[in-house]
Amino acid sequence: MPFDISLLSIEMLTAALGLAVLIMGIISPQSARKGLSWVALIGLVGITGVAIASWDTHSSVYSGMYLVDNYATFWKITFLVAATLVVLGSMRYVDNMGGQTEYYSILVFATLGMMVMASAGDFITLYMGLELMTIAFFILVCFRKNDGKSVEAGIKYILLAGMSSAVMLYGLSLIYGLTGSITINEVGRIIAMNPVSPALVLGMVMLVAGLGFKISAVPFHMWSPDVYEGAPTPVTAFLAVGSKAASFAILIRIFVAALPGVWEHWAMVMAILAAVTIIVGNLVAIPQNNIKRLLAYSSIAQAGYILVGLVTATEAGIKGVMFYAFLYVFATVGAFTVATYFYNITGSDKIKDYAGLSQRSPLMAAVMLVAMLSMAGIPPLAGFVGKFYLFKTIVDNYLWLAFIGLIMSMVSVYYYLRVALVMYRDDPADPTPIKISSPVAITLVLTMVVTLVIGVYPGPLSEVVNAAAHSFFLQ
Amino acid sequence: MSFPVLPVILLAPVAAALVLVFVPKDEHKLIKCVAAIGTFVSLILSLYVYFGYDQNLGGLQYVIRHDWIQDLGVTFFLAVDGISLPMLLLTNLIGFSAVFASWNINNRPREFFILLMLLITGVMGTFVAHDLFIFLLFYEVVVIPIYIMVVIWGSSKRVTKEYAAMKLTIYLLIGSAFLLVGVIALFSKSIAVLGGPDMSFAGLAAAGSQLSDFDQKWLFALLLFGFGSLISMWPFHSWSPDGYAGAPTAVSMIHAGVLKKIGGYGLVKIAVLTLPVGAHFWAPWMAVLGIAGVAYAAFGALAQKDLKYVVGYSSVSHMGYVMIAVACLDVIGLNGAVANMFAHGVMAALFFSMIGFIYEKTHTRWIPDMGGLARQTPRLAVGFMMAAMASLGLPGLVSFVPEFTIFVSAFHNYGGLAVIGIAGIIITALYVLRAGANTLFGPPRPEYDHLEDIKGVELVPLVVLGTVLVVGGLLPSLLFDMINSGVVPLHAEISNVLQLGGNL
Repeated sequence: MPFDISLLSIEMLTAALGLAVLIMGIISPQSARKGLSWVALIGLVGITGVAIASWDTHSSVYSGMYLVDNYATFWKITFLVAATLVVLGSMRYVDNMGGQTEYYSILVFATLGMMVMASAGDFITLYMGLELMTIAFFILVCFRKNDGKSVEAGIKYILLAGMSSAVMLYGLSLIYGLTGSITINEVGRIIAMNPVSPALVLGMVMLVAGLGFKISAVPFHMWSPDVYEGAPTPVTAFLAVGSKAASFAILIRIFVAALPGVWEHWAMVMAILAAVTIIVGNLVAIPQNNIKRLLAYSSIAQAGYILVGLVTATEAGIKGVMFYAFLYVFATVGAFTVATYFYNITGSDKIKDYAGLSQRSPLMAAVMLVAMLSMAGIPPLAGFVGKFYLFKTIVDNYLWLAFIGLIMSMVSVYYYLRVALVMYRDDPADPTPIKISSPVAITLVLTMVVTLVIGVYPGPLSEVVNAAAHSFFLQ
Repeated sequence: MSFPVLPVILLAPVAAALVLVFVPKDEHKLIKCVAAIGTFVSLILSLYVYFGYDQNLGGLQYVIRHDWIQDLGVTFFLAVDGISLPMLLLTNLIGFSAVFASWNINNRPREFFILLMLLITGVMGTFVAHDLFIFLLFYEVVVIPIYIMVVIWGSSKRVTKEYAAMKLTIYLLIGSAFLLVGVIALFSKSIAVLGGPDMSFAGLAAAGSQLSDFDQKWLFALLLFGFGSLISMWPFHSWSPDGYAGAPTAVSMIHAGVLKKIGGYGLVKIAVLTLPVGAHFWAPWMAVLGIAGVAYAAFGALAQKDLKYVVGYSSVSHMGYVMIAVACLDVIGLNGAVANMFAHGVMAALFFSMIGFIYEKTHTRWIPDMGGLARQTPRLAVGFMMAAMASLGLPGLVSFVPEFTIFVSAFHNYGGLAVIGIAGIIITALYVLRAGANTLFGPPRPEYDHLEDIKGVELVPLVVLGTVLVVGGLLPSLLFDMINSGVVPLHAEISNVLQLGGNL
């Protein structure tokens, strides 16, 4: 097959954008570096446009090493939207923190890593994308280098992420040893034809462990509250959204495309993992009194919900995962943008300091509430539709999981409402209204409107995701 | 039908809420007027729909239907029939009155009325949606505004308002979690039966009645738990007295008046219609729980000294009658169930609005601290006593005929058991009259001499709801012909499935 370089245009543009930001930052004076955020923003929006334009391209590069299909493109759009929203919502925070050049260019490279993961057709490409993303996050997590907590978070993340990558790599190498191939679809064919060996099960377990770490599924979740709390808030948002979504993209690739032959061995593992993650994430979130830790535990629970879609390994399940991941971006970025901006104004992440936020800034309080309720799956917000799609796939064969998931999501309302209680009931200690800068206001309104619109009228998005999930099985 | 009247009814309060966002927060009068106008538009239009509905034609009218989510078979399906119309009208009567019952709210009124508008819209939406997915979208819209309204504007007496709000919310959400599992499972099974997704009530009913008996039974149990905890079915009722006591007047009115009725409405229009075999299986249990609720809550009300707790328990007791009536599964019983929901809604809303005014003026709801208020505030006393008389089922008021209907059907179907339920009416008379006597009559207390009677706009709830109480009592056919036109086809469908044949 002749090599069509235009298939890689999204990735190349992203790499160029990352380099351009880096170079422009170096050659421009300190005072002009604030403008880099706009360069990154406009670049990301443009690339999103290119990604949308390349919809319905189905091809592969280097005999299946790199796959271009609607599945990958949809994930790429998800990552780009997340990156765009994070940049838009955190300009002022980054200007206060300094180091714009590195921040924006590394953020763009992290996005590039996610894209490579989504398109990866073999284990090497997949691992390369994963490492590109993870290493970028090492730097971003400890970006506040004078803040002990941030550095601590960075060290924790490096050690644990490195370890989990190693475990995952070992799992991949076992599977390679058994099948003699690193191309995902080829591996799928070979495994389906041969009997299951203990080594394969071992490899599979290692993959579950390694990827379980990336999506912070219980019991591999211990790192995430500490890292989420210590990292700069916009980075936390991107870590919670982008890194998790990308890990789900490869989780589906590996388990549904490479390991469908041993589905009956991992389906129950996934179901139990999902149940435990949902229960632990929601229960441990209850006593938290720091907003970032609360959101961290709630994002663990969210990962549990998304895992539900993987259990059946069907098109409907994949659709559920992608749909949920997409709307999860808006809810999470909305909540974290409020937290970022609030920290900017008050220097606090404590929930009790959110007292009277509804009187100081009705918009911020409303966005926080809508984002949290969407995560809890309260209609008419997007999370409800997402959960409907996810649980629809398992209700016939895993009814117990549906019970656990839906009851726990009602439990989650308890701790989300505690935040609402503080924001709405109490009077503020300092009643001065919070002025919101326009980029932040745009981010907040955008996340809230999208969460509402998807919740009320999910039809169009659902059609798009159907096409994306359908293309997964065409390769 | 070119004018989309149902969407306009739904959107008028939303429009009012949007306008309110831009009204300066200190313009209290303007804020209240905007809210009043929004609910007034809905009220007038729903009256128009109620009297414009062609009962001879029956079925769904004023239909709006658009494709919504194709792969779930969801259509944006709004329509009304003889069962949903009384509930829609009731919602708007109470919503409009609730605005005036809250006329004296001066603490953050803008936020209050925005939330109230959203609340009213959510409740209305559940009664006009004929697609289960759209129904669910509206179903839980109401939970969050209520929570916020209770924690900001509620009152802490026996329990703190935070406790009341959380109890209200968690009970309803846990109930709806089970409901959701049931709905998703039902939907998933219906795809297999129909060969494609269809979320409309009619589509699910077509599929549901073909499911195996076992499936119908356990699915119905889930729906019964979900809807039952909303209608405060004993023993899942304990949120109701605490919640109403903590809530501000308008929330108590809407919650006791209509929101609870979503549970009964859902039972009739969704659970019974879709899963007739399940309904038939669980009917005796429903009847027993209903009777237990009637008796237990009536005794509970007897022991209360806080006015709101009295009405809170009494509403649990009245909903017990609705459960008994639904359990009869015949035309007369279902008629009685829907009519009783309407009657109780009007009566409970009037009760709560009057108690709200009493509390506002005397700063107490404690019955032993009151007495002789009829001298100082005669108009308030009139409203209170009207609600009280309706509560004990005085002939000539709206609730007499529905209760009578229910007793006829219950006696026919459950014989001896029904006697216990009917005996509940005696206890009801006892606690209602006692509350009235100790609050309104007897020697007037000098500390209340300065009280002003309700006047001006404060009279709106009394006039609106009082009129309905009397008119509905004198002309019960206005209500019953409408309900009957919706119940007869519904009953025909379920008895087709059950092969019971014939009516009572």
